[in-house]
Amino acid sequence: MNLHAIRAIYLFEMARTWRTLLQSIASPVISTSLYFVVFGSAIGSRMVEIDGISYGAFIIPGLIMLMLLNESISNASFGIYMPRFSGTIYEVLSAPVSYVEIVTGYVGAAASKSIILGLLILATARLFVDFHIAHPVWMVAFLVLTAVTFSLFGFIIGVWADGFEKLQIIPMMIVTPLTFLGGTFYSINMLPPVWQTITLFNPVVYLISGFRWSFYGVADVNVGLSLGMTVLFMVLCVGVIHWIFKTGYRLKN
Amino acid sequence: MDTVISVRNLNKTYDSGFQALKHLDLDIRKGEIFALLGPNGAGKTTLISIICGIVRPSAGTVLAGGFDIQHQYRAARGKIGLVPQELTTDAFETVWATVTFSRGLFGKPRDPAHIERILKDLSLWDKRNDKIMALSGGMKRRVMIAKALSHEPEILFLDEPTAGVDVELRRDMWQLVEQLRDRGVTIILTTHYIQEAEELADRIGVINHGRLVLVDEKNALMQKLGKRELHVQLAAPLTCIPEALSALPLSLSEDGLEITFTFDARDEQSGIAPLLRQLEDNGIEFRDLRTRESSLEDIFVHLVHESRPDETAPGRESA
Repeated sequence: MNLHAIRAIYLFEMARTWRTLLQSIASPVISTSLYFVVFGSAIGSRMVEIDGISYGAFIIPGLIMLMLLNESISNASFGIYMPRFSGTIYEVLSAPVSYVEIVTGYVGAAASKSIILGLLILATARLFVDFHIAHPVWMVAFLVLTAVTFSLFGFIIGVWADGFEKLQIIPMMIVTPLTFLGGTFYSINMLPPVWQTITLFNPVVYLISGFRWSFYGVADVNVGLSLGMTVLFMVLCVGVIHWIFKTGYRLKN
Repeated sequence: MDTVISVRNLNKTYDSGFQALKHLDLDIRKGEIFALLGPNGAGKTTLISIICGIVRPSAGTVLAGGFDIQHQYRAARGKIGLVPQELTTDAFETVWATVTFSRGLFGKPRDPAHIERILKDLSLWDKRNDKIMALSGGMKRRVMIAKALSHEPEILFLDEPTAGVDVELRRDMWQLVEQLRDRGVTIILTTHYIQEAEELADRIGVINHGRLVLVDEKNALMQKLGKRELHVQLAAPLTCIPEALSALPLSLSEDGLEITFTFDARDEQSGIAPLLRQLEDNGIEFRDLRTRESSLEDIFVHLVHESRPDETAPGRESA
């Protein structure tokens, strides 16, 4: 194991985060705060409780997930896309590193950054809404698992993309709609029966439901199923990355 | 002599169908400076990229430092440093950060003293805290060399190291190459500047259309293929070379005003004096004479011209 290489990639990527601290940390925190102001405080006070939880508190897990997915994908995809775009990828490819080490470095840094962000948003939420976390260990577990899984997904997008617009298209066209329709702002029990069934095909439902369970002990779907779906998606991403490095797809001729 | 890189029957066909390398064999000796010459698209960069692990070979094997570059890539790549042709650097990082990153990437523990030495050697020490995007092209080139040297490689590839750099930097670069050789680093460089190969290289390989056309000691090459020519400017044009002189290696220019006599540079007797006497005997008057020695460039142009793509002869190694 080339630990020096993992450390080098990880620190190099994290340095990018600290250098762009304002857009890395401040902008997601500010935009999430706006959600809390609008949906939590302003509108939330007029909403009925869902499953015995105030609306402001109800949306916290979903909003953290919304940010976590977007940030994980964009950090990881940008992290690997930039060296491909600038050409500095030659160095990584010519270094004595295995693909596991490359992925660990890039995905580890992207996931770390979004976990820090998730925790920051959680702390910010505390300023607006009163809540307590029922299963803190599971909460952290879901946070880490989701950050890693979607950073892996972002890594795939970063390898696949051959332009900046492609880098944006998957998060914008697929992930954001799925998150909004995945129960960030509502419980899927509030939907008509047909839509409840359709919604179950949305993988983000399982993430948000599981994460919300770790907060309040209530879930739309079984928590074991949530965990299983998340792990399944992670295994899928690992499989695709394995294939990428095996065939050299978009990395090596 | 120890072989540090051994290339056997290397083939590369790109997805587009372009065959960049054809059955290439090459041995690089430990501690030498090897210059790889060839026109654009000859396969120089493909060859280097395969050895360094950036491009996959279609067939064949490469050993670097005795390790197979595919199956023992960790050991093989750890010995190699690469300075690619394109100026590809990070933009927002400092010189220090990017060079430190390279060392770690190649699996070496941190060693600020070593990085400091490299940066000082390359006149980058004053710029260590500057962002790379603020540097000039020449400085960026130095940064790329610093990155390649950060993990103390035994083998250094320089792909067109002096393309587009000014004269002063080129001289610095040559000096650095000499220094590295003195420390025992094997250096393989590709270049368009034949003067560079003539100045630096111990051995020269010429590659064209994916084949190694020739590999030889520089001095032997210059001697073997070096020719001298005597150009005789005639007072009056000739339609053809007179019968009496047909035995000599002479050629007549199209306008009939110049005779070129080719002779071997190594011969004691150049044959100039008898030629001039014979010219006089045949009543050919001349106005001017000049001799010319072929440079590596002539040899190169000649070789590249000779090795057409349809030619099927395999690359020969005469060293």
